[in-house]
Amino acid sequence: MTMNETKNANEILNLADELRWEIGEDFHDSLAESIYADAAKIASVVVVYEDKKSAYNFDRTFDRIVTSRWLGFPIMFLLLAVVFWITIEGANIPSGYLASILVDNFHPALKHFADSVGVPWWISGLLIDGAYLAMAWVIAVMLPPMAIFFPIFTLLEDFGYLPRVAFNMDNLYRKVGAHGKQALTMSMGFGCNAAGVVATRIIDSPRERLIAIITNNFSLCNGRWPTQILIATIFIGAVAPPHLAGLVSAGAVVGVALLGISLSLLVSWFLSRTVLKGEASAFSLELPPYRPPRVLQTLYTSLIDRTLFVLWRAIVFAIPAGIVIWLVANIYIGGETIAAIFINWSNPLGILLGLNGVILLAYIIAIPANEIVIPTVLMLTVLVSGLSGIGGGSGVMFELDSVEATANILHAGGWTMLTGISIMLFSLLHNPCSTTIYTIYKETGSVKWTLVSTFLPIIMGFAACFALAQLWYLLG
Amino acid sequence: MSDINGCESCPAYKPGNLIKQGINMSEFDFVVALAGNPNTGKSTVFNNLTGLRQHTGNWPGKTVSRAEGAFSFSGKKFKIVDLPGTYSLLSTSQDEEIARDFILFGKPDVTIVVVDATMLERNLNLVLQVLEITEKAVLCVNLIDEAERKNITIDGRSLSRELGIPVILAAARQNRGMPELLNAIFEVASGKYKCKPHRISSETYELKRAVEKLTGKVLKQYPQLPNARWVALRLLDGDQRMIDAIKNGELNELYHPVSQEQNQVIET
Repeated sequence: MTMNETKNANEILNLADELRWEIGEDFHDSLAESIYADAAKIASVVVVYEDKKSAYNFDRTFDRIVTSRWLGFPIMFLLLAVVFWITIEGANIPSGYLASILVDNFHPALKHFADSVGVPWWISGLLIDGAYLAMAWVIAVMLPPMAIFFPIFTLLEDFGYLPRVAFNMDNLYRKVGAHGKQALTMSMGFGCNAAGVVATRIIDSPRERLIAIITNNFSLCNGRWPTQILIATIFIGAVAPPHLAGLVSAGAVVGVALLGISLSLLVSWFLSRTVLKGEASAFSLELPPYRPPRVLQTLYTSLIDRTLFVLWRAIVFAIPAGIVIWLVANIYIGGETIAAIFINWSNPLGILLGLNGVILLAYIIAIPANEIVIPTVLMLTVLVSGLSGIGGGSGVMFELDSVEATANILHAGGWTMLTGISIMLFSLLHNPCSTTIYTIYKETGSVKWTLVSTFLPIIMGFAACFALAQLWYLLG
Repeated sequence: MSDINGCESCPAYKPGNLIKQGINMSEFDFVVALAGNPNTGKSTVFNNLTGLRQHTGNWPGKTVSRAEGAFSFSGKKFKIVDLPGTYSLLSTSQDEEIARDFILFGKPDVTIVVVDATMLERNLNLVLQVLEITEKAVLCVNLIDEAERKNITIDGRSLSRELGIPVILAAARQNRGMPELLNAIFEVASGKYKCKPHRISSETYELKRAVEKLTGKVLKQYPQLPNARWVALRLLDGDQRMIDAIKNGELNELYHPVSQEQNQVIET
């Protein structure tokens, strides 16, 4: 800028300062008022309300029920439970079907082909037993529940139910000193924590936004739902009478989700009383009209945008993870594999937490994506418990065409009800995946808050699992 | 049914002219901004025009950052920017700032304001603020099907006369009104339709005088600035972003476009 321009700029700013004194403090309000007045004038000319009743009444009545003080929460939990129940019941059969095609049939065929053309054992091991099987497993475990869960969730969203959830939760969040809109970002987190963290941009106050970012990880994300669903089916559904098993497992998953919501409230309360002190700011939340969901379009977009997107991400992370698993299970140091060394070393710590060394190693390998925890756990369990006749070699993810087969392996690996409950707890309470951590860093621009968001949940996870395990041992 | 055929044979009705170009934005003739209150269906309009599948949802705040896409119509290429929904341009939360900065500094050729037909009065607040900033705008009164369901009638012609910009009654979810919207965008962008935007007129006397005085001063320094009045209003409100724009000469660039004009978008 030239000298002259700078001088002019200063003149403008000085005049603005001067005038601001003259017109007084209520400028902002009086400007807003005059805008409202104009808007009202125009609207009165062009809008005709013939009859204020009819369709509007439906929305009102419906809202009165789903946001009522007594029914709001039960309806919410019931809806959530129904969604999971449909997911659990519906996913089992296609999962088994996929596993039998991709793992039981295609994997031996691939191996056979590799042998017949003379591929060295370590290359076919690395690529077929490692990368391919990890990918096949992720598809078999992840695709069916996602293809059911996401469209149902999206239909609810399209219908307009999410803002009602926010409306119900708003009061709770405000009481703990957080922003009511955190209920919305929390709901987004149920899909993906990275998306939930980005969604916190709708919260204007930096303090409340930070709280929402740190606590978003307490929303179970889609990488963790399948883990919850599978483990609940094996360890909790199994102790219920068969005809109730689906409902009981769904109830357990809802229980973990609710625990997550409660913890997000608790941590928000703690943060807003200590390091992030302040009052909750007021905001207005519109309850949009209910709109009949566009079923076909919703199915299409939720399949393309969410299901396939998430699946693709899982596959991309599963391939290198499969390679790593194969390597740690096949590289020997002093007569033992790297995996065995780590598992034996960390097993005492795992037992202390109600978990085991296998789970701890799996969570380290699965830092890039929660989706691959269960495949990794299963593979490592087979490896250390020396199960024979499954898969055919170390580092191989095996054929598991039903939940029972998975259950057998876990039981053989020494898993108990406590291990099942502990891993469900730990799956809720551990560090966010690397994508989310990176997103948190990008959104906050602060290393400190990124570290807090990363380590706070894992410390809580250790504490909670430790407490549970000690109580269990004491009472058991 | 003959009148429907009549519509389709009219030159104004040419949906076949629309080529959805997704994210192919290599070169374009016009930049279109898509603004509006939260949850009025901006992203649905965006998807309709570009053929993209920006995720839509029935809750306010779905779009938190800018999404961009392209389409071409009547031989002209348009870049369209889907802005986060905002209730006003006066406050300073991050999503509102993204929307405001783009309308003000991104210099769109046309700004489409999408409003909810069932809550027109409340939505008009934002429309009036946008019209303070830009001359070239089109109003898309969306969700007209819901308004009909609630027996609310909206007189599009009177509204267009009051606001001085084209007004399209639409239901983007059903593709209703989209050909007309395209046509309006084209006419405003190409200058065929001259907007005479409504300016806020209900202020108090002192306010009016102060705004006029400061606008005069701003205009003296930046004689070609199209929205000097808005700049004056924001300065009076003590808006730090605007004060900085004056201090560092950014405002100057608004009418002395830098060479790579097409890339001149604000980083978000």
